[in-house]
Amino acid sequence: MSQSEAKATILSRINYALRDQPVAPQTPRAYRRSSSLGHAEVVDMLEDRLVDYKANVYREDASSLPGRIAELLADSVTILPDGLDSSWLPEGLSTVRDHNDDGAPLGARELDALGAVLTSSTVSCAETGTIFLNGAADEGRRALSLVPDHHVCVVPLDTVVELIPEAFERMDHQRPITMISGPSATSDIELERVEGVHGPRRLDVILFG
Amino acid sequence: MTTVDLGMPGTRIAYGSGNLYEETPFPEHARAELKNTQMRANIGHATHTIRGKRARVVGELPDWQDLRDAGSAIKQEVGARLPELLEQFEANVTARGGVVHWARDAAEANRIVTDLVRAKGVEEVIKVKSMATQEIGLNEHLEGQGIKAHETDLAELIVQLGEDKPSHILVPAIHKNRDEIREIFSRRMPGTGKELTNEPAVLAEAARSYLREKFLDTTVAISGANFGIAETGTLTVVESEGNGRMCLTLPKTLITVMGVEKLLPRFSDLEVFTQLLPRSSTGERMNPYTSMWTGVTEGDGPEEFHLILLDNGRSAVLGDPAGRSALHCIRCSACLNVCPVYEHAGGHAYGSTYPGPIGAILSPQLTGVAAEQNNSLPYASSLCGRCYEVCPVKIDIPSILVHLRDEDIRTKHGQRDQAATQQRSTVIEARQAEAEAAGVTPEPAGHPAEAKKKKVPSEMDLLMKAAGTVMSSGTRMGLAERALPLGRGALKPFGGAKWLPGMVGGWTQERDIPVPPNQSFRNWWKNNGENTQQRVAEDLGDTQLAVSAGGEVPASSLAGEIHQHAAWGAEAQAVAKLRAERDQAEGATTKDSPATSTGEREGEQNA
Repeated sequence: MSQSEAKATILSRINYALRDQPVAPQTPRAYRRSSSLGHAEVVDMLEDRLVDYKANVYREDASSLPGRIAELLADSVTILPDGLDSSWLPEGLSTVRDHNDDGAPLGARELDALGAVLTSSTVSCAETGTIFLNGAADEGRRALSLVPDHHVCVVPLDTVVELIPEAFERMDHQRPITMISGPSATSDIELERVEGVHGPRRLDVILFG
Repeated sequence: MTTVDLGMPGTRIAYGSGNLYEETPFPEHARAELKNTQMRANIGHATHTIRGKRARVVGELPDWQDLRDAGSAIKQEVGARLPELLEQFEANVTARGGVVHWARDAAEANRIVTDLVRAKGVEEVIKVKSMATQEIGLNEHLEGQGIKAHETDLAELIVQLGEDKPSHILVPAIHKNRDEIREIFSRRMPGTGKELTNEPAVLAEAARSYLREKFLDTTVAISGANFGIAETGTLTVVESEGNGRMCLTLPKTLITVMGVEKLLPRFSDLEVFTQLLPRSSTGERMNPYTSMWTGVTEGDGPEEFHLILLDNGRSAVLGDPAGRSALHCIRCSACLNVCPVYEHAGGHAYGSTYPGPIGAILSPQLTGVAAEQNNSLPYASSLCGRCYEVCPVKIDIPSILVHLRDEDIRTKHGQRDQAATQQRSTVIEARQAEAEAAGVTPEPAGHPAEAKKKKVPSEMDLLMKAAGTVMSSGTRMGLAERALPLGRGALKPFGGAKWLPGMVGGWTQERDIPVPPNQSFRNWWKNNGENTQQRVAEDLGDTQLAVSAGGEVPASSLAGEIHQHAAWGAEAQAVAKLRAERDQAEGATTKDSPATSTGEREGEQNA
């Protein structure tokens, strides 16, 4: 009752505020919306930007990928999203899936006890060095790539674009979106950058293809 | 479907309440802050560093101005279509399982949050840094209701544990150095021991361990929002540390407080603002983490999502066509970092949640200029125009400052009686409601009629009138100037005046009055004017002055005018350049003769 009243009052105030009937302008979109660079150049740019953010970057193909994953995750128990491509996985990796014995997803404390997470990704923007996760089956729910302290993220080369508008075109807003640009960081104390606060302190990116 | 009567009788302009007021007038507060050398050094370092980073990453983009144009147009569209977009947004959030609440003012928003938290039966919540919740004083309100709100952003945590106030939108604890932060942590953060050093990495680690427990156990989180998408119902939070992701992902219930102006019409508009915001704000190509969610997603994140749409004076800002673009602000803080006034006075001097140039236009508009508490803010600027140049959505801050000064003056002269009375009464009502909600006795408020400012001429009016009479007549001005030697005689033994009485004392607050010259300029001009004109003719000859290049700044704005007036300096520069060239040439031929024409001219000037 009081809520519909509040809404009516606010909309009435806003309508009154707009009594001069301002016209909404057309949005000029002269900014770049599609890349003019070759794909190899775009991938190089992504690597450069990721390194700049203090992420570790590796380039692998189908034959070398499992070996790299084995090396990066040797010392950890790693959680895997259910939809992850099993051909990526090396023999003998210590892994868990996102459900306990009665089928429920792991709790926050259970996730916190794990060492690492391995995910894929939906699209990456080279110009800003940003990896987009979009809740796909091989990325898992958002908590998976957040709570463990080490995130190994596979970026298939055909998902690399140069510009932000090109990346947003591939996003599905119906599912949660997480944009990741390097490990978590803060500059809150005297502007001195400290890598690693609450998100994973170590981010390894494998450019794959 | 709600039908709204356009301008229906009884619709009133309603101003905001909460942490939007100066506690003391800006000049007074600033004078005290200026003595805080640690704060000034920290702020100076921070603003200059971020300013440099911003310039670098903005310079990297060939289409930065195109992005600004797009951002500005989208925000204008949001203002013009706000009622329709809000309805669309509410429908989409609801369709995706979210619950939308509407809050007319700070007190109502606080009450809604409290009820929601109580319904969950918890006494602790975690919070993502948010300007909107700071504006409404949510933490203090919750505390009064027995609910502890833990800030999870590192800087906000420092401010909260230190029982301090934020001094910068982006880096709220920038006025504290590492030793002060170590001291606060070791005193107030459970579990910190002697091993805590003043290393930023060690301090960040301490905060990480302390907050991790909160993230894992707390079931209700409160956030703000950077953007809300009308077309899809999607919300966005932009951050660096991952505390935002924790709050948005792990708890069972999420409550988001969002100002109604934070809407964007289309999902694709995010491609503009996710480029404009990080580069303007932290000076990074992109901030480490950006989260977007639409309603509730099964199996991923909170099971319950509440969105509170907050007015609190925003509709009043929208109602002023000359000032409404202040609502375009995306809280990047670029204007703070370039502002010469902010750099020296710091964020606390502005009183309100919103400091710096944007605060100087936003706070007085949210509360109403006539609300008195904020009427010194529009003067907290030198109108240099840098804030406009760096604003990612092109808010013409200098023009709005001048507009608000005009409003303030007209209010003081009783020319806006009705508006002033109304503003004051709405603010008083809001404050009373707030006080009642918090369970304290409201301070006795002055009668609204008091806002009818005295029509009796003020000291300033009398001074101006006298000056007008003298200056409008050459004879009277000449007579007045004869008094100059008198003033000179009185002040010379003291080397000038350090204090003047009454209203004119305002001058001597900031500077000393020098000893007056022995003759007036008019007197000097009488004897030398002709020579001067000759000299200009001599200097310039038939040289054509270069027309200064026009910039991107529209001439209709104040910033545009400042830009144009800068072109006036081109004349002086041309003269100086020609003189220098000629002096050089002459100097080569008449090197041995001390009586150069330049020397003679200098003699004339000193005569």
